[in-house]
Amino acid sequence: MAEYITLAVDGLQALLDELKRREYRVLGPTIRDQAIVYDDIESLRDLPMGWTDEQSGGHYRLVARQDDAIFGYPVGPHSWKRFLHPPVLPLWQAESAGNSVRITTTQGPDQPFAFIGVRSCDLHAIAIQDRVLIGGQHVDPSYRDRRKGAFIVAVNCGEAGGTCFCASMNTGPKVEDGFDLALTEIVIDDQRLFLTEVGSPAGRDVLLQVPHRPATPDEIAAADGVTARTAASMGRVMRSDDVRELLLGNLDHPRWDEVAERCLTCGNCTMVCPTCFCTSVEDSSDLLSGKSGRTRHWASCFTLDFSYIHGGSVRGSARSRYRQWMTHKLASWVDQFGSSGCVGCGRCITWCPVGIDITEEVRAIREDRPAERTHHED
Amino acid sequence: MPTRSKKPRLAVWKFASCDGCQLTLLDCEDELLAVAGAIDIAYFPEATRGKIEGRYDLSLVEGSITTPHDAERIREVRRRSATLVTIGACATAGGIQALRNFADVKEYASVVYARPDYIDTLATSTAIADHVAVDFELRGCPISKKQLLEVIAAYLAGRRPQAPAHSVCVECKHKGNVCVMVAHKTPCLGPVTHAGCNALCPSYGRGCYGCYGPMESPNAVSLSQWLKPLGLDERDLQRLYRTFNANAPAFRKESERHGP
Repeated sequence: MAEYITLAVDGLQALLDELKRREYRVLGPTIRDQAIVYDDIESLRDLPMGWTDEQSGGHYRLVARQDDAIFGYPVGPHSWKRFLHPPVLPLWQAESAGNSVRITTTQGPDQPFAFIGVRSCDLHAIAIQDRVLIGGQHVDPSYRDRRKGAFIVAVNCGEAGGTCFCASMNTGPKVEDGFDLALTEIVIDDQRLFLTEVGSPAGRDVLLQVPHRPATPDEIAAADGVTARTAASMGRVMRSDDVRELLLGNLDHPRWDEVAERCLTCGNCTMVCPTCFCTSVEDSSDLLSGKSGRTRHWASCFTLDFSYIHGGSVRGSARSRYRQWMTHKLASWVDQFGSSGCVGCGRCITWCPVGIDITEEVRAIREDRPAERTHHED
Repeated sequence: MPTRSKKPRLAVWKFASCDGCQLTLLDCEDELLAVAGAIDIAYFPEATRGKIEGRYDLSLVEGSITTPHDAERIREVRRRSATLVTIGACATAGGIQALRNFADVKEYASVVYARPDYIDTLATSTAIADHVAVDFELRGCPISKKQLLEVIAAYLAGRRPQAPAHSVCVECKHKGNVCVMVAHKTPCLGPVTHAGCNALCPSYGRGCYGCYGPMESPNAVSLSQWLKPLGLDERDLQRLYRTFNANAPAFRKESERHGP
């Protein structure tokens, strides 16, 4: 039986204070450069109260709301992988020390993370990266150290964004597990409240230090109404039950050529995707300090380096690179990791500079299958 | 006089250019001492008077080829150099002076010079690689100091320089920048431009000008389609691609689609 309590707005501030007192690095949504990004949060004032955003393919605009909602926006350009799986990570440094070489490896973060405002799609994305990066035989020690002890304050989405399709991917909008606390922002009698579900002993322990009261049945019902409305207002829809078979059965579909004409191979989709996990390492040697080092950074299957082997790049064309990304995300990911690699957050649609829409690409292939075409183009 | 060291000999050569890229080497300040400690800076007119004849292990070449004399001289530089690296947009694409490639150079000369008959110039400004074999091209207008040091450090270590040819977008996303094109509707050449500047302009809220030239697989046709609704007309689009890398094939081709 789920445990529900209610926080008022000052209770939310007390929660942030308590997390800071426990020496978490508190990260959450804040406005920077006309977007809602994730960054360090000092107090409620840093949160995007009264703001939302408008999103469609290749389009994002920060918009003022008519109310004071604190979490009244869908997901923005950043995902939590910035912190759990950082874009640039020094792995080790080596320097000469007399006749030997001294190697210093990078330590984990000084403080555990507390994430404020994690949406259901992103909880699923974190669960996917957990499976990929620490769930198998080969554990990524950096991810393990960053993930360990992370405190997650989830938020049930109050409205769906223009490119959201979590309902299609069965990844939201209502959070199910993988959180310490889950908030639903509700307004009852003109009072802004946060119906809070306790998801872990750590969550309960933190709440003991935060002013709260048991939730009323009305509040619970109001919160259920919020997620039901969100589920019914998804900006995008994608039939996902047969998408693996659909894509793997259409590897020579002419649509791949069509999307390649629009694709910039810039890599934005892979960088904003909360599950894309590929990295590459580069070695450096510094003339001034005499130190050498190895740095890991996010890689993208849209670059030529990604598939470079002796003699050249395996995936030279935009067609082969887009197809690799999309078939991996929606199809071969299932064989590899036991679930789809897509959580329906819509970031790849919004942040594609030319608005390529993964749901539209699936639809185009679905609606024009080889058997239904008069001739087969390759 | 016997050579003082076994250090590799470096030469810096200048062709048609503004000197900004070779000055990047002097700009290195602290690191310059480390460079001077590791290599013998044998020919660098911008920094030293001495001219040493002979062969060079590493030649850094700045500037484009714009005269018959320079077209000959670059062959001599190539003959004297074991490894030849071109630095900057002039040397790698012809530079801003390649705008002459789209016009009549005789007409330009008649307007600019009192005695155009003294001017002995080619009709085009072209990249060094159009004339001789080049071992590595370092992009940028100007080049980045960090990347120049990387090229020298990589040369000394016998490894490949880390200078990825993917888009500027990758650098923006590594830094956590909010996309200026998607979120601000600012025209940006980042998706078709070669990385290396660490996304300098977008980090300050401006669109990329493409001063590192085309990335490895640029799709400028598709990008231009999306730039039009942001308020760019045909002339704007042509000018966007016709700056420091106007003669780089992908940018030249796209600029020609938007006017003569």
